[in-house]
Amino acid sequence: MSMTLWAPIGQFLGRNTDPAKPRLGRARRLYREKIWSPILPRLVQFGILAAIVAVWEIGVKVGFIDGFFWSYPSAIFKTGMIFVTQGDAFLDTWFTLKSTIIGFVIGTGAGSAIGLAFWWSQNWAGVFQPFLIVFHAIPKFALGPLVVLVFGIGLGSKVAMAVALTIVVSALATYSGVKAVDRDSENLMYSLGANRWQVFTKLVMPSALPWIISSLRVNIGLAMAGAIVGEFISSQHGLGRVIMYAGQTFDVALIWVGTIILSILAVAIYLVVGVVENTLLKGVLKR
Amino acid sequence: MLDKARIELQDVSHVFSTPTSGSVYAIDRINLGVPEGRFASIIGPSGCGKTTLFNIIAGLEQPTQGEVTVDGQNVTGMIGIVGYMLQKDLLFPWRTVLDNICLGMELRGMPMREARERAMPYLTRYGLGGFEHRYPAALSGGMKQRAALLRTLLYDSDIVLLDEPFGALDAQTKSQMQDWLLQLWADFRKTVLFVTHDLDEALFLSDEIYVLSARPGRIKAKIEVPLPRPRTRDVFASPVFIDLKRHCLDLLFDASSPQTH
Repeated sequence: MSMTLWAPIGQFLGRNTDPAKPRLGRARRLYREKIWSPILPRLVQFGILAAIVAVWEIGVKVGFIDGFFWSYPSAIFKTGMIFVTQGDAFLDTWFTLKSTIIGFVIGTGAGSAIGLAFWWSQNWAGVFQPFLIVFHAIPKFALGPLVVLVFGIGLGSKVAMAVALTIVVSALATYSGVKAVDRDSENLMYSLGANRWQVFTKLVMPSALPWIISSLRVNIGLAMAGAIVGEFISSQHGLGRVIMYAGQTFDVALIWVGTIILSILAVAIYLVVGVVENTLLKGVLKR
Repeated sequence: MLDKARIELQDVSHVFSTPTSGSVYAIDRINLGVPEGRFASIIGPSGCGKTTLFNIIAGLEQPTQGEVTVDGQNVTGMIGIVGYMLQKDLLFPWRTVLDNICLGMELRGMPMREARERAMPYLTRYGLGGFEHRYPAALSGGMKQRAALLRTLLYDSDIVLLDEPFGALDAQTKSQMQDWLLQLWADFRKTVLFVTHDLDEALFLSDEIYVLSARPGRIKAKIEVPLPRPRTRDVFASPVFIDLKRHCLDLLFDASSPQTH
């Protein structure tokens, strides 16, 4: 109805207003991005990186970037070489890596155990869950000074920070997995004569495993953050301490060196966790 | 007749209390008995409480009223007495097909090796040979249901409850599975209670059919299926089958049935 009413205006505007006529005017090709050859993105990435380094270096030389505050690539490289060849680079890296891994393992393990334990009693799970969530909400870094006072300036306080950051993540993820255990499968187990322990070990644990695994990647990053914050507050070793010390002595190049090593470390750990995750998942979800 | 029953339901009712509409009768005074080695089906329109009834017989739910007896013993609300199987295969993806089938035996404390040895011949005999060390994800829908059924049957219980086990399968696989189930039932000689909404399926498989009314589920009629065994697909065209089917359809779609609470 309205179509016929508006038709003259449409015709005036040159539109196809005849309902019987196919509206080829609207036909168009679907946009599809042409995918590059696999090396091209790598080359572009390398180019971007090189450009940043070049602009930074030249910017400082020309004077529109303040080299004192920002430092510059060649100085960072020089400092890095000194740190690696003459400094405690390996000792510090190892220290940070150690507290990260220990904290990650304890936090993830204990967190998963807590989440799994919640399966045994809905009542007690209901009692403890709010505590868990409140603890999750506390900015754990704020606990740093307390943790250092209690656990000392050694490895203990760094591990404790890493655990504090990771434990709730694992506990909540695992608890979600426990809650998602298929009711029918559970009933089936019972109907086949299973006791609770059998249901727990043969059904609940394997079903929750993918949820536990899903928390690994998040946790490794959190564990490292915890370890570094622990080192920031008070420590004699570690990359966090190196960065803190560099900041206090205005050695900006060393801050960058510490950050770069940490990043490399993070990527390396991430890759390892990725491999672990895949193997574990393959073990659970057989295809 | 009823006193020879292997499994029997006496005046079983189940009431759900909902916050909005008060108490709702899911099933109302169900009486039925399945004699040893018989194949009985329960059929009814959707919402007739078939699944509630199933859960009560399986011991997963406590009825509001009435009792379930096996060999005259009250087993109301008790699990581990009847083996059951659902439309979902419930095979564990982290276990091989063989280990899934062995689950029931394993749970009863049989050493895994012995359980596997016992299960293996059945796998080959019932079309799962060569798949014993594969994982469920590698199986087709029909094979998964076969594995699930074997798991139920190998569990030492001679009463088996099947809740629409083939409901999710395509028509062709479904009819294959029905033939296969009949073969299996003839081999294992179990007492079967089969829940379905497929009338053809119920008639083809059963010795007797209980027709339930719409909510609240009540037994409207018990129908004997006098078709000779072993049955083939030819029975679908037999006059007896067609008469029975018409009779059942009349019962199922009879809207004039009295609705009392």
